[in-house]
Amino acid sequence: MGLSIAVCIKPVPDPKHYDKIKIDPVKKTVVREGISTILNPCDKHALEAALQLRGSDGAVTVITMAPPNAEETLREALAMGADAAILLTDRAFAGADTWATSYTLASGLKKAGPFDIIFTGTESADGATTQVPAQLAEWMDWPHLWNAVTVEQTGEQTLKVRTKAENEWSDYQVTLPCLLAMSRESNKPRLTSLMGVMKAKKKPLTVWCRPDLDVDDAALGMKGSPTQPGAIFEPEMGRKGILISGDVDEIAAQLVEKLRTAGLAIETGDVCAPGGGNV
Amino acid sequence: MKMTNPADWKGILIIGEINNCRVQPVSLELIGKARELKAGCPAVGEVAAVLIGSGLSGSLAEIEVTGVDEVILVDHADCALFHNDLYAAILKQIIDTRKPSVVLFPATARYQDLASILGIRADTGVAAHCVDIRINEQAEILAVVPAFGGKVLGDILCPAHRPQMATAKPGIFRQGEPVPGHKPKRSLFDASTIIADTMKKTRLLALESSVCAVPEGIPLEKATVVVCGGWGMGSKENWALLGDLANLLGGAVGCTRPPIDEGWMPDESYMIGTSGKVIRPKVYIGVAVSGSSHHVCGMKDSDLIISINNDPKAPIFEVSDIRIVGDAKQTLKGLSDKIREIRSAK
Repeated sequence: MGLSIAVCIKPVPDPKHYDKIKIDPVKKTVVREGISTILNPCDKHALEAALQLRGSDGAVTVITMAPPNAEETLREALAMGADAAILLTDRAFAGADTWATSYTLASGLKKAGPFDIIFTGTESADGATTQVPAQLAEWMDWPHLWNAVTVEQTGEQTLKVRTKAENEWSDYQVTLPCLLAMSRESNKPRLTSLMGVMKAKKKPLTVWCRPDLDVDDAALGMKGSPTQPGAIFEPEMGRKGILISGDVDEIAAQLVEKLRTAGLAIETGDVCAPGGGNV
Repeated sequence: MKMTNPADWKGILIIGEINNCRVQPVSLELIGKARELKAGCPAVGEVAAVLIGSGLSGSLAEIEVTGVDEVILVDHADCALFHNDLYAAILKQIIDTRKPSVVLFPATARYQDLASILGIRADTGVAAHCVDIRINEQAEILAVVPAFGGKVLGDILCPAHRPQMATAKPGIFRQGEPVPGHKPKRSLFDASTIIADTMKKTRLLALESSVCAVPEGIPLEKATVVVCGGWGMGSKENWALLGDLANLLGGAVGCTRPPIDEGWMPDESYMIGTSGKVIRPKVYIGVAVSGSSHHVCGMKDSDLIISINNDPKAPIFEVSDIRIVGDAKQTLKGLSDKIREIRSAK
């Protein structure tokens, strides 16, 4: 029997356009008008890992908790090669932090399963907390590894997984079922073909709302979230920059002076002159 | 969902990170922040730090001098390798017995993972990657966290659950002034029962750890001068000009996300930004960097910021002390040549 694999994905505002995001000065809400929604870039690596591990007799189900228009993002994942999609959507889920999000996702996955493996990305581009993979694994009561770079099936029920921390690799053996958050370095996600897009239209996409899930209302959405948002603001960035102009040689000469003033020893190449002052 | 009585919870617990028997600087930075919070609001309570690993005696001196009130050591041969399930089980017990009001974790690959797990096991909220922490009149913490790549900052509160947990990346907070001769209370935590119980039921086995290829030259976060290139460098040939200038200035080369995707830089260890490194060098030189909020969040606290970009409207200029509107390649080459000229004339 092939592996039954789930992949958690998230529609996010396109990170290429985050500079257009503004805060409404009156309503104090985030304004993201005109920014298109895309499949979270990290999640493509999770989907690619799943498609590679699926083999000929496995199945890959993508799942998301999002507003109803997330169907488009799910279709995109189906076009990449996933077999089925599930959308968890309900007003009751809105405003969830990672605690309530992972709780709701776990409930959907338990209903849709059983799965052998859940793949996720390492983080979402918008919130970027990195917390959902581990928290989802906790609700599932499964072992998990974050930032996996390689996955190798070593037995019917075992995987050998290499994870990457800042400057170190760690190798683990993990028994199925398990959750793996895939690193951006782990693979190169496949492109979507026209054939894939055509096929995706006929693949099953299931929508589940609050009444379809076995969940405690007190643990859903913003009401069920231990963290609560306070004020939002834009970071203080302003510096009074001076403009240096001229031909290349003039600019270089002025820059050298600025570097000297900053304490660099231009003549000797020492990183920092004694006293940090002029040389 | 449980509700807790905040009055039963007191003090700040720092989860220190050990790697190869060394206390990671981010642990000392978190202690620095905690001491600052305590100085501003003594009602917060004592600052304790916990270290998990094997053979920790060598790490003690480094952590004691930070002025922390108590050091809790979990020193056991079975803790030599990082194991998220086991480390989290140990920390859960420490949190349950001590009831700290605040728990701070490094936002590193391994320790943010622990923070996430404990958010569920301790049934509480975790503020991720905070860039500041304040205390309000109710002695609650307000964690300031970035969203949308740092374009927006927001306060996060955890009003009804304890402990209040938060993570912060290396480089965000500053280490406090050392307190020479300071002798904090020292506690040993016997983890042998938890280790036996956890290893009996866990389905995860840590096999081994190995050091990845260490980046050449000075690590970004320690460099006095950082020359950072963006997508506008255009080619691998042009990219070499950054290394040339960095070498002349005894600095390091950093990058934004696109040069990694283009293959001009090997991996994310060179990336500056909210999902990369946070740096504050003496001099930052951004070349052909547009200045997305993601990147700016990682370098805006540098002492001197010099930017070179051919687009006068590039957002990076908003955070720059010195702006040069011009061709990246020519300007870089011109600067390196000028430095060589000065040196050869000497």
